[in-house]
Amino acid sequence: MRVPEDCADFISPEPAFLLESEFPGTNVGRRGRWTRKLCMTNCPTLIVMVGLPARGKTYISKKLTRYLNWIGVPTKEFNVGQYRRDLVKKYKSFEFFLPDNEEGLKIRKQCALAALNDVRQYLSEENGHVAVFDATNTTRERRETIYKFGEENGYKTFFVESVCVDPEVIAANIVQVKLGSPDYVDCSNDEATEDFMKRIECYKNSYETLDETLDKDLSYIKIMDVGRSYLVNRVMDHIQSRIVYYLMNIHVTPRSIYLCRHGESELNLKGRIGGDPGLSVRGKEFAKSLAQFINEQNIKDLKVWTSQMKRTIQTAEALGVPYEQWKVLNEIDAGVCEEMTYEEIQENYPLEFALRDQDKYRYRYPKGESYEDLVQRLEPVIMELERQENVLVICHQAVMRCLLAYFLDKPAEQLPYLKCPLHTVLKLTPVAYGCKVESIFLNVEAVNTHRDKPENVGVDRSREEALRTVPNHL
Amino acid sequence: MYYSVSGFLNQRLLTGRGTLLSPTIPVGSIVISLCGLTVLAAESAVPSRAHQPPRVAEDCPRWKEPRIHVPLSRLRCEGRPVKTRVSRVACPQAGGAAGWRRDGAARPAHLARAAGGSGGSRLWGAAAGLRGRRLRGGQLPAGRAGPGRAEGAAPPGAGRRPRMAAAAAASPSRELTQNPLQKTWEPYDNGLPAGHSAQRGVCMTNCPTLIVMVGLPARGKTYISKKLTRYLNWIGVPTKEFNVGQYRRDLVKKYKSFEFFLPDNEEGLKIRKQCALAALNDVRQYLSEENGHVAVFDATNTTRERRETIYKFGEENGYKQVKLGSPDYVDCSNDEATEDFMKRIECYKNSYETLDETLDKDLSYIKIMDVGRSYLVNRVMDHIQSRIVYYLMNIHVTPRSIYLCRHGESELNLKGRIGGDPGLSVRGKEFAKSLAQFINEQNIKDLKVWTSQMKRTIQTAEALGVPYEQWKVLNEIDAGVCEEMTYEEIQENYPLEFALRDQDKYRYRYPKGESYEDLVQRLEPVIMELERQENVLVICHQAVMRCLLAYFLDKPAEQLPYLKCPLHTVLKLTPVAYGCKVESIFLNVEAVNTHRDKPENVGVDRSREEALRTVPNHL
Repeated sequence: MRVPEDCADFISPEPAFLLESEFPGTNVGRRGRWTRKLCMTNCPTLIVMVGLPARGKTYISKKLTRYLNWIGVPTKEFNVGQYRRDLVKKYKSFEFFLPDNEEGLKIRKQCALAALNDVRQYLSEENGHVAVFDATNTTRERRETIYKFGEENGYKTFFVESVCVDPEVIAANIVQVKLGSPDYVDCSNDEATEDFMKRIECYKNSYETLDETLDKDLSYIKIMDVGRSYLVNRVMDHIQSRIVYYLMNIHVTPRSIYLCRHGESELNLKGRIGGDPGLSVRGKEFAKSLAQFINEQNIKDLKVWTSQMKRTIQTAEALGVPYEQWKVLNEIDAGVCEEMTYEEIQENYPLEFALRDQDKYRYRYPKGESYEDLVQRLEPVIMELERQENVLVICHQAVMRCLLAYFLDKPAEQLPYLKCPLHTVLKLTPVAYGCKVESIFLNVEAVNTHRDKPENVGVDRSREEALRTVPNHL
Repeated sequence: MYYSVSGFLNQRLLTGRGTLLSPTIPVGSIVISLCGLTVLAAESAVPSRAHQPPRVAEDCPRWKEPRIHVPLSRLRCEGRPVKTRVSRVACPQAGGAAGWRRDGAARPAHLARAAGGSGGSRLWGAAAGLRGRRLRGGQLPAGRAGPGRAEGAAPPGAGRRPRMAAAAAASPSRELTQNPLQKTWEPYDNGLPAGHSAQRGVCMTNCPTLIVMVGLPARGKTYISKKLTRYLNWIGVPTKEFNVGQYRRDLVKKYKSFEFFLPDNEEGLKIRKQCALAALNDVRQYLSEENGHVAVFDATNTTRERRETIYKFGEENGYKQVKLGSPDYVDCSNDEATEDFMKRIECYKNSYETLDETLDKDLSYIKIMDVGRSYLVNRVMDHIQSRIVYYLMNIHVTPRSIYLCRHGESELNLKGRIGGDPGLSVRGKEFAKSLAQFINEQNIKDLKVWTSQMKRTIQTAEALGVPYEQWKVLNEIDAGVCEEMTYEEIQENYPLEFALRDQDKYRYRYPKGESYEDLVQRLEPVIMELERQENVLVICHQAVMRCLLAYFLDKPAEQLPYLKCPLHTVLKLTPVAYGCKVESIFLNVEAVNTHRDKPENVGVDRSREEALRTVPNHL
């Protein structure tokens, strides 16, 4: 990380939470000569996609960007195709991409340069850590240019190439994402497919794949046939090995992930947070409804995961299927506030309560955890979810928010306020570049546990103002 | 098919230590209770000389757990010595003994997928081993503790019903009970552990994995084998390494010369083949009978024919396989690298067929080129396989040292209190200064300093005047309700917890806190990053340092929580050959002792004095 050497010394009489919110919403103050987190890499990383059109480059770029942002590495994706579309409002046909179309060449070069400029802006001025440069980059010459650009600016360059020869995979990819592309709004599907195939041909002649010998000094991963095999070369740092690990774990088999919370608990009823209570009567009813729902869905090889807390295990027990308990799925640790009502927290720790409202994502409960901690703790779960196919995760409100934020690509500010009501199953199905969400309420009443951000988050607010958004409870 | 109780309990009963029996149980019963442990309480199973009068432990609410009494006569098969952990006991009277039956159908689908033959049923053992491995010694309820305890029991008399139906039928009577040792919730069915569907932790792989090394001599195969074995064992996957060279050395006491390895030396060939077979046999024994999860087969395996043989062997036994090739591992230092050794390499070279992208495209393999410059990874299928790849990609062989130490003496250390987030004592601050001096003197290139997010480690690092990184995962073990207590207070308030902890310190989880086992899981990213880095100083805490040290010194789980990590002492770890050299440097600043040895008496009924006998002195 580009650390200002003269950053203030860390000797702080204040409790840690003050530090956390010292500069709310910014990265300032997080990189002194002390870093609260592991330095992922010492200089920014430029990830360069390589591959013919319809090889899943954009899919990988978007997914990787989402993952890196979620684990807390500021990342942005730069899609050169988008720059072209912005510049040339109307796409005509594949002829634009012919190697001898000089105007086309010029425009494409211009777009690439514009994108690279924005990359520089992002990495050097906007505190970005990783930029994903999404273009075909199929010639060695072009890659050379980009590599030099990285060197000049002090970025580490990492190439990700997707090689795919299976015509079915390519066809599927075209149907899934390319036909919906703005380039083809006015054509029929067949026309679009045909045009796109020709577009691929335009690149084929000049395509130079990353070579074991010629490119042996570059850092790269080459993905063959959607993950059948990988060639990994010169992985340089933490972030690159994380990327490689992640790319080796993702797959494209269609599947659904079901997220839900435990049934309503005894403490939910009382409006108390945390603890390790059992289910309420309605909670048990939900567990039964869930069993029925899962049966009806008739899901192939469904895996069920729970936390190690009683309420999720009780919920899973009703399903009558095998399940796995994960300690890392346990609810956020509210430390000294465990088993308290919001009223009691306001009573006993009004300052803490206000600080939490100021920056709920970063706020850490005294002797407990923050949402930020939770995301770190949940990283292995995400990795394993990526590996698996159909999974039902029975978890907790804060945990579910973190998982959901990953799949829906929600930023940190929104994450702690995502709505994850009790007795509601969210079915997530990966489509194209994102995730489709269906919310299924299982028709068993439950208390509301969602507390919105109150308007007044000042430390000097009144009790009433602090408690205005607390949901009803016993 | 029956599962016997763990050997540990038998042993405990035989030695009359720490038995937890209620006097209400009739002689000739089996009590199933407590920590999900099965306790044999019968004269017929236990020689009377060793059987002490049952003691009551019911004063504690934690013990109020469902029990079931099963006439021992129906479990006669127990008569023979019980193996360690959950071992399968062939029983002729398969019909009886309610509650002990575990039907195959009640197995989680992804486990049931395991290959046929013994593979299917042994799998449970393997799963148990996942957690249970380290306590193989047999003093502790290893197998029962892991997911493998799942076999505990399906509903009494449950036949081969379909999984769903069996479980659904069982659910009305299933209740959750908290395991007092690990504080985990476990389903009980009519008082029997009914964990057939509950599995703590993630199943790493569905069936045992056989890792086959491929490469010419001196390419670092053994280095990788040993390192991988150590890593997998540490993260809780029972792994063993089988070095065919060692078999040869055992067989042919005296090595003469490279001629032994000439492709036309028939006697040599015969002996080498014999060794490979013996090793494979041991692999089978380990994976199929000893609950091993991963076997690393370390030999050259340079011909496709040989690999074919091994692959078939694996297939027949239902093992998944990964091949690790390191054809160009040139930098490996090898003391044997003499001229003779070079000739020996020549002997293999002619017949060497490297793993080929096309010919071997159906195999799972990892080809490592030039000491990790690049990797070819083919058909990675399992969690464990991708973990292995990730790990291999992170290790390096650049010489470096890792310095481990604890924070300086804290205010709470002085008072003999555990946990908390105190600052340094006067002597602790003095240590911080000495540490700064020491680090300066060592003159270490590019030293990185890591601390936890606790005040005492940060204060220690501050004195160094160099940049450092704070890791939350390096925080001390969370003692939950016992935080900031002295051992005396813990004994006072939670005598039972205190005894349970002494019984199995590695697995014991503090109420609302953590266990050493949890800690190891939490520290895995630290180990991964330590493997990536070069010179690092880790300023951490007693329990954390024990876990890290156990990884580098390959210490088993039962020793881990008792490793000596005194205050004000820096351990310098330098990787050498296949292991790690340790230098312990006391920085000459006095500090209190915080090491509490395992007391002799770990029974729940021990006296206060016995419990506190090993507590170190404090204010």
